[in-house]
Amino acid sequence: MAKKSSSPLSRRAWITTASGVVAAGLIKTQADAVKIVAQEVPTPAQDPTKVPGRLTSELGQRAPAEQPRRLVRSPNLSSSSRTPLQDLYGVITPADLHFERHHAGIPNIIQEEHELLVHGMVERPMVFSMADLKRYPQTSRIRFVECSGNGGGAYNRDRMPTEVTPQSLDGLLSTSEWTGVVLSTLLREVGIRNGASWILAEGSDAAVMSRSVPLEKAMDDAMLAYGQNGEAIRPEQGYPLRLLLPGWEGNAQVKWLRRIEITDRPTMTRDETSKYTDPLKGGRARQFSFVMDAKSIITFPAFPYQLPDPGWWEIKGLAWSGRGKITRVDVSTDGGSSWTPAELQGPILSKSTVRFRHLWDWDGRETHILSRAVDETGYVQPTVQQLWEARGERTSYHHNHQRVWKVASDGAVTFGLGDLV
Amino acid sequence: MKKLSVLVVSLLFSGCDQADLPVTTSDVLPTEVADRLPPSAPRTFGFGGEATDERIALWDIDVKPDGEGLPSGSGTVAQGKLVYETQCIACHGATGTEGPFDRLVGTEPWEEWPSARVVGAYWPYATTLFDYIVKAMPQLTPGTLTADQTYAVIAYVLNMNGLVADDAVMNATTLPAVEMPGRDRFVADDRRGGAEVR
Repeated sequence: MAKKSSSPLSRRAWITTASGVVAAGLIKTQADAVKIVAQEVPTPAQDPTKVPGRLTSELGQRAPAEQPRRLVRSPNLSSSSRTPLQDLYGVITPADLHFERHHAGIPNIIQEEHELLVHGMVERPMVFSMADLKRYPQTSRIRFVECSGNGGGAYNRDRMPTEVTPQSLDGLLSTSEWTGVVLSTLLREVGIRNGASWILAEGSDAAVMSRSVPLEKAMDDAMLAYGQNGEAIRPEQGYPLRLLLPGWEGNAQVKWLRRIEITDRPTMTRDETSKYTDPLKGGRARQFSFVMDAKSIITFPAFPYQLPDPGWWEIKGLAWSGRGKITRVDVSTDGGSSWTPAELQGPILSKSTVRFRHLWDWDGRETHILSRAVDETGYVQPTVQQLWEARGERTSYHHNHQRVWKVASDGAVTFGLGDLV
Repeated sequence: MKKLSVLVVSLLFSGCDQADLPVTTSDVLPTEVADRLPPSAPRTFGFGGEATDERIALWDIDVKPDGEGLPSGSGTVAQGKLVYETQCIACHGATGTEGPFDRLVGTEPWEEWPSARVVGAYWPYATTLFDYIVKAMPQLTPGTLTADQTYAVIAYVLNMNGLVADDAVMNATTLPAVEMPGRDRFVADDRRGGAEVR
């Protein structure tokens, strides 16, 4: 998000990295906030219309002052990095900014040696090279991928954050144009035997990450993706092949896919029993909670931005639903007392993020701004109180409640849920 | 213009409706008609090779909750203690409770440990331990434990959780039979979209 020109950035541009040097007077020092380091952009020495420009190059680069970065908190083998939602336009996430979640690091895989084994309750167990897979009919789809743990940092009543950026809170969300072969095409090729009801998808990483997926989803819109935003899928996203399960939690969309076994029951892997299950009230836990329900977040204005003056501002954000299309996003600028439908930027695609906008004439008084998404099933993004009531306050995963930002009278924006609960 | 973009989008993302349904003899039918193969598509393409039994056996090492896939071999609690103390203790602690990584031991009601997901209170199937450990542990040298070592360390972890006796022997028969307290906690996902919040 571009900062106002009244900031020091107009003379000194700073580039985001992890080293944490902070531009004076613009962004408060927060471990959580956008981290900034000095890399001064050369001030144009001359009128650019009076001096020849740079020549062509084999690989383009971002403008020196535009260096969005993923947020890496504590790098280790089972860790994550987060997409800078507040720094991006539109809905497509640049591939090098797609969030990461690995369970044993990123494997080095040579595409020419990678194989996919499909076996189990099939007529013809088969092995596919990447060249084989690419010879099958190809499809591209724009779909979001979200980790089901996304947003968990704003659920606990006692630990509700205030100084948290969209990236830090909800950056385990990215959207790409994925290209590959529809899984049902391959399942048609191997021939599913009577009685099959699940698949086991297994990765070729050091965790041999594996998840059970209902055959119904595999036959519906699942895809084996080898392309991402026009190029080969990135190593962090599963190069050379990942399972894509549109609208479902990221963990089940196994990366570095090497094996699919057709079965008649779930395998009950660690990541569908001990992990990625959702404790509920009364000692129960929800299992195979795959679908990411409708959700939205205002990405501007948001912490650490400070509105420099009252007047017209465009509230902007993202909305998405794992159950299909977003049909409406309501925005409230008075803490949820009244709501106005936001503008939705088309095309509105199923199981993709959608950009919403709402013009707001801020009167300079303290208030709370928030959004709520509605999807084509009629589901309305709930309040955190509704989720507490439905699941208890100690559940985990699938925290899709409304995100609230507090705008102070000096224009400072902080995560505002703490004031409302 | 709007109509045009709607048309383009519908072509791109809805596809045609002359769907050639995937060949399946199960009751499962596809619900999305997008990107189905055209009527002219062959019944099979034949791209890819046959997977031999040997090839499948090389990778098909997962373990099902009824024990299918468990290899031969066995291990005792005492043997497992040795494996644990050389291979696991640095990450999981001397008694399986200290960390720094996942807490393994605990029989308290899991509400007391909602994020720990300990074996004794939360894990629904003992077979999952084998499926996971033999592939993914130890984290820095994954896939290096033998079947005997894996059975043994599982026996020790289950013993620390009070789920098997000190003289227990884990093997392809005994492991799936271990009664896990977490087993009955799990319920199906009842979220269905629509007006309800679940």
